[in-house]
Amino acid sequence: MNVTPPLPKWADLVLLPLINLFAAFFVCGLIVLAIGENPFTALNVMIKGAFFYPESLGYTLYYTTNFIFTGLAVATAFHALMFNIGGEGQAYLGGLGAAVVALLFGPNLPMLIVLPLCILSSAAFGALWALIPGYLQAKRGSHIVITTIMFNFLASSLMVWLLAGPLMQQGQQSPQTVLFAESAQLPQMREVLGYFGFELANSPWNLSFFIALIALVVFYILIWKTRLGYEIRAVGKNQEAARYAGINVAKIIIIAMAISGAFAGLMATNEVLGVHNRVILNFTAGYGFTGIAVALMGRNHPIGIFLASLLFGALYQGGAELDFEFTSITREMVVLIQGMIILFSGALAYMFNPSLARLIARISAPKETTDG
Amino acid sequence: MSETQNETSGANAARYALELQGISKSFGLVRANRDINLKIETGTIHGIIGENGAGKSTLMNILFGMHRADSGKMFVDGQKTKIRTSADAIAHGIGMVHQHFMLVNRFSVLENVMLGSEGGSLLKQGKQATIARLQELGETYGMVVDPHALISDLNVGMRQRVEILKALKGGARILILDEPTGVLTPQETEQLFEILRVLRADGVTVLLITHKLAEIMEITDNVSIMRAGKMVGHRATADTSPQELAELMVGRKVLLNVDKDAPQTNDVLLDVQGLGAMSSRGHRILDDVSFHVKGGEILGIAGVSGNGQTPLMEILTGMRIPDRGHVEILGETISHDAPKTPKQLREIGVGHIPEDRHVHGLVLDFEAQENMILGYHDGALSGDGRLMDRAGIRTHCETQMEKYDVRPRDPLLPAANFSGGNQQKIVIAREMYSHPKVLIVGQPTRGVDVGAIEFIHKQLIALRDAGCAIVVVSVELDEVMGLSDRIMVMNDGKNIGIVDADKTDTNMLGLMMAGIEQEAVA
Repeated sequence: MNVTPPLPKWADLVLLPLINLFAAFFVCGLIVLAIGENPFTALNVMIKGAFFYPESLGYTLYYTTNFIFTGLAVATAFHALMFNIGGEGQAYLGGLGAAVVALLFGPNLPMLIVLPLCILSSAAFGALWALIPGYLQAKRGSHIVITTIMFNFLASSLMVWLLAGPLMQQGQQSPQTVLFAESAQLPQMREVLGYFGFELANSPWNLSFFIALIALVVFYILIWKTRLGYEIRAVGKNQEAARYAGINVAKIIIIAMAISGAFAGLMATNEVLGVHNRVILNFTAGYGFTGIAVALMGRNHPIGIFLASLLFGALYQGGAELDFEFTSITREMVVLIQGMIILFSGALAYMFNPSLARLIARISAPKETTDG
Repeated sequence: MSETQNETSGANAARYALELQGISKSFGLVRANRDINLKIETGTIHGIIGENGAGKSTLMNILFGMHRADSGKMFVDGQKTKIRTSADAIAHGIGMVHQHFMLVNRFSVLENVMLGSEGGSLLKQGKQATIARLQELGETYGMVVDPHALISDLNVGMRQRVEILKALKGGARILILDEPTGVLTPQETEQLFEILRVLRADGVTVLLITHKLAEIMEITDNVSIMRAGKMVGHRATADTSPQELAELMVGRKVLLNVDKDAPQTNDVLLDVQGLGAMSSRGHRILDDVSFHVKGGEILGIAGVSGNGQTPLMEILTGMRIPDRGHVEILGETISHDAPKTPKQLREIGVGHIPEDRHVHGLVLDFEAQENMILGYHDGALSGDGRLMDRAGIRTHCETQMEKYDVRPRDPLLPAANFSGGNQQKIVIAREMYSHPKVLIVGQPTRGVDVGAIEFIHKQLIALRDAGCAIVVVSVELDEVMGLSDRIMVMNDGKNIGIVDADKTDTNMLGLMMAGIEQEAVA
């Protein structure tokens, strides 16, 4: 039973994550070295690939957008101590929500009506898909981790059936919907910024990035400024005290899960409304799962989630570049780096805590020993 | 071993079973123990007394090898000793009985006592040896326990006996007891003290950690007083008084007795009729309990913990639904068919200071100011806009902290970082703020230091005098007797009887707590 001194807040919030990140990159560097490449060259290629080539920043931010949504989804649920593993399925259903509105109203109504409806619908479908496991947890005690995982499979099967059946585009072989009408297509950032005179290279970066930024702010206000957020946090931190305080714990769990699902569903605004302009098979591509790492690394705080999303976005984009530049390094290297980051900032998040705390305590400890 | 020989502490080494010189221990910036010097004579009962957070537990954990001191020396039987792990401590003849028992409930006494010293991969031999040893110890010290009984079938006093046997079986000659009487009835406490006296006669050195002054006076030979991580005094028990000890502990004069006038009662605000409840496993945990409380009086509920007090409190505050009977509270009815939520009850003026502030009373990770509105966060306290008014909440918290002397006065500090007494003050400040008409209080001063106890008692008396009907559940018999106007004793979920507080004594209450009905006088 060894009690470690508490870490100062700045060290806990800034220094520790940086040390963890450094450790992850250090181990990856060793592996690159073992492969027979220079880790510094590789790092250089990755950073350039993520930020400095003409189109690279756009790609990085496009990936970032996905991670913000799925990270927020995991974080919202986690504030109520619910481990939502179902971001993947909720985002998938969000795509269906967007598609239903886009296909029904897209051809007839103007963009200013269709797009907001599509966005709301994607959030609503995601919310609904998370609300059911939330209900089962709150009222029936079915463990949220199990149910959300199973709902991922349900979502996957449902979407395969829809995309290969009722929603499938006629006259071709891919399981996908028809292209949405232009009124249901989210404008590209290149077009928007071009309108203001900024020249941007071609990339899938689109307006949903702003929706993601708004979502970050909404999340912040919801969790820390509203009574609902207070109740969600109370349930998450101490369910018994919440019950004592007269909070309807079951209701709060269901609501928190629904909001969580809504954030996940909004990922469809990027992939479906902003990039593909149709629902394609498996467009969620694992972003929902990476959201867990994002929330973990971002400490369930909007600023942290934004920075973690940016990091993972840069990894995705820079990793692709790595694959391109080196024959001996494949795209799987990115998965390895991700894995290391998750390992060090998630599973081993507090590994360096005791030694760091002791170091800081030693540096800042009062020297006097003979008072009183 | 010539080096250790040189390091023995003077000529009268064997006189002290344990000696500490200049022990210091810091956790980060918190200095839990500062330059502690302590000599414990062999074959005596030595009390260590101090408020919560004074550093008693840290010191005992250092003795038992659970923490390592930053500096200082330790001598066991005059030999300089380094204790790094609890195994070291046991090897040096130091045994510890923890406040929360370290027993496996589904194991038998024998299996528990053997734990950690099974003696080989086959149990048979170890079992026989242990049974023989248990018998021997039982005869020597008058502690007979059936080795094959399951721990879960034993009462608390017997479980504690098993803990002591476990320590003695390991060869302990120095026995540390951490708050051993917290869960015992007066009679069980007396039995424990009897055992301790026998142990002392046999030459065992006992270190008794407690915050109860009466016990120190009754059983110890010497007492050391700790305050704020330091030893502030050593006394021979015969030469000191409870008053002096309390002053040393707190650092100022304190009022030991609750000072109150005769109650001015008015209407019955709380009327309980035939109340019953079942546990989730189908045991009857509350059985046909009836009583009433008028405005302006305090009804104390005495009893060994786990005899129905908790479900009773839960029903009165809306956290459990009764299966029989009903409660009339401030004009509302609580029954199986008409349950009320904690929120509804709070709205009609029922305050609730829960038994366990860590489980119910506080969200430990929340800031003090967030805790100051817990349960009232829907109302005006959090502002009247859509968003919570953080500045308003903070001001409110600062005012309350000032009024109830919560230290440190930092509304942003997480509740977990306050001491027990200050955490309790936060809960009390919150529940008193709304001027409840009925207040249900569980263990008002559990883990709270002497100075804060006095303060909390004064607050409760003031609320009573303002016309509030108060129910106080406490395992501290002195507290129940000091605070209450009438006392209800519970045993096995039943109301054993209600007596006037000034017409009873510990002996009578103790018998009632054991389930023996006395002639009720009220």
